[in-house]
Amino acid sequence: MSLFDKFLPIQEARNELLKSGVNPFHLTVEKIISPTEAIINGQTTILVGTNNYLGLTFHPDSILAGQQALAQEGTGTTGSRMANGSFASHRELEKAIADFYGAPYAIVFSTGYQANLGVLSALAGPGDTILMDGDSHASIYDGCRLGGADIIRFKHNDVADLEKRLRRLGDRSHRTLIIVEGIYSMLGDRAPLAEIVEVKKKYGATLIVDEAHSLGVLGPHGRGLAEETGVEQDVDCIVGTFSKSLGSTGGFGISFHPEFELIRYASRPYIFTASPCPSVVASTRATIRIIQSQPELRRQLWNNSHHLYEGLKKSGYTLGAEVGPIIAAMIPNKELALAMWQQLLENGIYVNLMIPPATPNGECLLRCSVSAAHTEKQLVHICQTFQTLKDKFLA
Amino acid sequence: MMSYSEILPQLFDTLKPFAKEGFRLKESTELVAELGLDSLQVMQVLLKIEDHFDISIPLNNLPNIRTVKDLGEEIEKLLKG
Repeated sequence: MSLFDKFLPIQEARNELLKSGVNPFHLTVEKIISPTEAIINGQTTILVGTNNYLGLTFHPDSILAGQQALAQEGTGTTGSRMANGSFASHRELEKAIADFYGAPYAIVFSTGYQANLGVLSALAGPGDTILMDGDSHASIYDGCRLGGADIIRFKHNDVADLEKRLRRLGDRSHRTLIIVEGIYSMLGDRAPLAEIVEVKKKYGATLIVDEAHSLGVLGPHGRGLAEETGVEQDVDCIVGTFSKSLGSTGGFGISFHPEFELIRYASRPYIFTASPCPSVVASTRATIRIIQSQPELRRQLWNNSHHLYEGLKKSGYTLGAEVGPIIAAMIPNKELALAMWQQLLENGIYVNLMIPPATPNGECLLRCSVSAAHTEKQLVHICQTFQTLKDKFLA
Repeated sequence: MMSYSEILPQLFDTLKPFAKEGFRLKESTELVAELGLDSLQVMQVLLKIEDHFDISIPLNNLPNIRTVKDLGEEIEKLLKG
């Protein structure tokens, strides 16, 4: 027996996939062309699975800002902010994201994953309780585990189940952190935030919303589900990522609580990691300015989302319940999902293949993420190809 | 407050529908290995038990629960608060 023996089941699963001639979880993008196109397997491919919601990865302002910072501040920071000090640009990015949310306190992390690890593990420790939605992202699970609090799951988007579990906690509900997401990454549905806020207030708990997929997408100013629902002042903390709508890398937490600033001193994922590099920080700041000044990007994203959702629905696919930039087509089994994913790729379309155990309720999904940068022509091609595959595989 | 000996028969009753016909549940029965539950069924079992005893079992405690006895002791601990 060796340590590596535990990987044998993974090897078997991978070999099974390779028998089909393709490994969807080891794809190489040979050349990226634009926010919506790349060369994959030697052919031009439309990207409909990259969470590039506003299509800003090639925006000239963000590229220029990154280039200038690279030349002026160097390639990296070579260490953590606690040990090496913060660059002025780190502080400026924190001010930019705080101002965007109209919140007084913000902390920037090196990735979105680390933002959840850093905020959750620092906020809820031994003796505290976390109530997390059952469909939460892996970074939320990992952040909860790192902190050492008791972790209790409630049924996905089920406020009655959440309330039941808060009641069961008794006095401990005051030391309980509720975690939900603005838009859930698998099926694209949203948390029932107004009702969750009511329950949170009733039991004196603390509420954190992960707006990773809803930043730039929901709300009059693109701040996410809390803004869209009109409950920003009732949410204790928001976490998010710069790596989706903002087309960059990094994560953040914002709050109205003054104590939030102290998380810097208690958060191992903040303290013991290299700080974001200057070019990434500069590009992110530029992109925050773009989403503030160009609300038309959000309108275009929603137009495109409606186009694709209605197109797939018309073809007869079973989709997630809500129209939005994440559109997941449910496929009856893994073999069909893999075959259809492969045919999509051969037809120049890249979507995400999602299979259990990563999916809720054991679903097999062909998950699309729409971009404001998708053209009418691209969307028509995607809808037509899905229609062809429906006739071929699911008739 | 319910004791372990009071919890156990109720636990057997709750688990019975998830066991194959004729299978005799014992304290030493391994929940996953012997009942042959997949991960979705495990969640269903837990939900049913949580509602029956009006408790929430933290995810952190699950790795320590292998047998019916482990589960009964966990329930007793949670009911004691």
